[in-house]
Amino acid sequence: MPVIKDAVCSLCGSLCDDITVTVENNKITKIENACILGHSKFVGMFEHDRIETPMIRKDGELVPVPYEEAIEAAAKILVNSKRTLSYGWCSTSCEAVSGAIQLAEETGSIIDSTANVCHGPSALAAQEKGSPSATLGEIKNRADVIIFWGCNPVHAHPRHMVRYSSFSKGLFTEKGRKGRTMIVVDVRKTDTAKLADRYVEIEQGSDLLLVTALRSIVNGHEDVIPKTVAGVPKAEVVELAETLKNAKFVCIFFGMGVTQSRSKYKNGDAMSSLISDLNQHTKAVMIGMRGHYNVTGFGQVATWETGFPMAIDFARGYPYYNPGETGANDLLVREEPDAAIIAAADAGAHFPQKAVRHLARIPVIQIDPYANPTTEIADVVIPAAVVGIEAEGTAYRMDAISLRMKKLIDSKFKTDEEIVKDLTEKVREMKRGA
Amino acid sequence: MKIKANLISGRTADQGAHLEAKTHKGYFDACTYCELNSADLERLGASEGDNLKVTTEFGEVVVFAKANEGNPEGLAFIPMGPWANAVLSPDTHGCGMPGFKGVPAEIEVTDEKPLEMKALMKKYMED
Repeated sequence: MPVIKDAVCSLCGSLCDDITVTVENNKITKIENACILGHSKFVGMFEHDRIETPMIRKDGELVPVPYEEAIEAAAKILVNSKRTLSYGWCSTSCEAVSGAIQLAEETGSIIDSTANVCHGPSALAAQEKGSPSATLGEIKNRADVIIFWGCNPVHAHPRHMVRYSSFSKGLFTEKGRKGRTMIVVDVRKTDTAKLADRYVEIEQGSDLLLVTALRSIVNGHEDVIPKTVAGVPKAEVVELAETLKNAKFVCIFFGMGVTQSRSKYKNGDAMSSLISDLNQHTKAVMIGMRGHYNVTGFGQVATWETGFPMAIDFARGYPYYNPGETGANDLLVREEPDAAIIAAADAGAHFPQKAVRHLARIPVIQIDPYANPTTEIADVVIPAAVVGIEAEGTAYRMDAISLRMKKLIDSKFKTDEEIVKDLTEKVREMKRGA
Repeated sequence: MKIKANLISGRTADQGAHLEAKTHKGYFDACTYCELNSADLERLGASEGDNLKVTTEFGEVVVFAKANEGNPEGLAFIPMGPWANAVLSPDTHGCGMPGFKGVPAEIEVTDEKPLEMKALMKKYMED
């Protein structure tokens, strides 16, 4: 039986590339090295609810149709729409993202990624102040002080700490966990916080206060710090700042606690300034803990093709970007789109009620391997192959390192890349006909 | 008895393991609860597994009660997903990102039962 080594796990932004997969009769029967999320992705896929056939909603029910009919119905929706939202494209390959951007341009749509509900504010922060970063390899080999700020890798990126950060052993970090100081800043004592040398509990929504206080201390203005900051006693804040200043190499990994809480992108903006301040004393970097395995790749492809990482509006015939206006949720809450195409992401599950309510009112095209809440509000459903298992392609890890995903088994389903190509061709054909 | 709480949402390993199995009961079990610390549950007169109604200015949702001593008093956590999103804030403050953390909520014990995923989504189609 074939055993495939060093397969890339296409689940989270850690993109672990050391998975061993055993394939028997075109089925994955054994997985080594994967975490609970990866295991569910590889082995669970044979138990999950695959969308077995293309479907169109007729009289309120989704009914099976041939692939060509679904493509035609989807193309018709896109051609008749004046304001299409194309959303998702993050659990798929960069090649599919490129095709999706082409389709968005062809149809004058707005295209946005899952960063809209994830690290979008980090992209804004990077545009304001920059994003001093490093590869995860550098963190593994050099970082002696690691902060997890508003993120919980034990749950969201289970192998991150073993492969790249707290527990990993590298060139100058041969003692592994013993040689590193691990700090967690969060609003509740998470399972990650339980593993830390120091847990700093802050009041929810007060990240900006703590980052600003740390900056003041690092810059020599300890005297201006009040008795408590963000619910943290001054002595503890001063100690934290000293730990950062005296480190050899600091990495702040940050997550949704930073991007989704009050002050949103201003938190990342201030953190970038803190990193800059720390670099006057030592070496410091920051890395966003990206969720979807290729949300980083979407940002890369979109940036090199359009100049912008997300929320790109093609209505004017050229790319226009203003995230508070052209972001997926802003558009839906304003009830602006008259159609939507949702692929390799699940807006039905992950958008707030007001946005989902609008999606339920307009024609929605879904491209996905699995049935999910978006399927319940979709009008045309096109099943896709699982990229990284049934199709190869390129993805970018959270530190913007590109990795080639392997095809492990054969599939009867078309890839996202093929589907978007077919859809673009059909749209062009209809437009020519008109 | 109602209590006021600050509601946040986020990833859990169980929720993540069901990302591609959202029609399964495992996903329902992984997402349909609200974590509070024991003192808050006691104030509510609720035990783990009881049904809680969580109400915000954006909607209401029924989920199961769960204890988590890691939560400070007054902090409620619902795993990310359609149940949490029934009550979280759609306001992006002009920067694209909705309010998934830090939404004022009222929580009370209820006899109503949590809706399954398909029933929850059907409500949007009927609106």
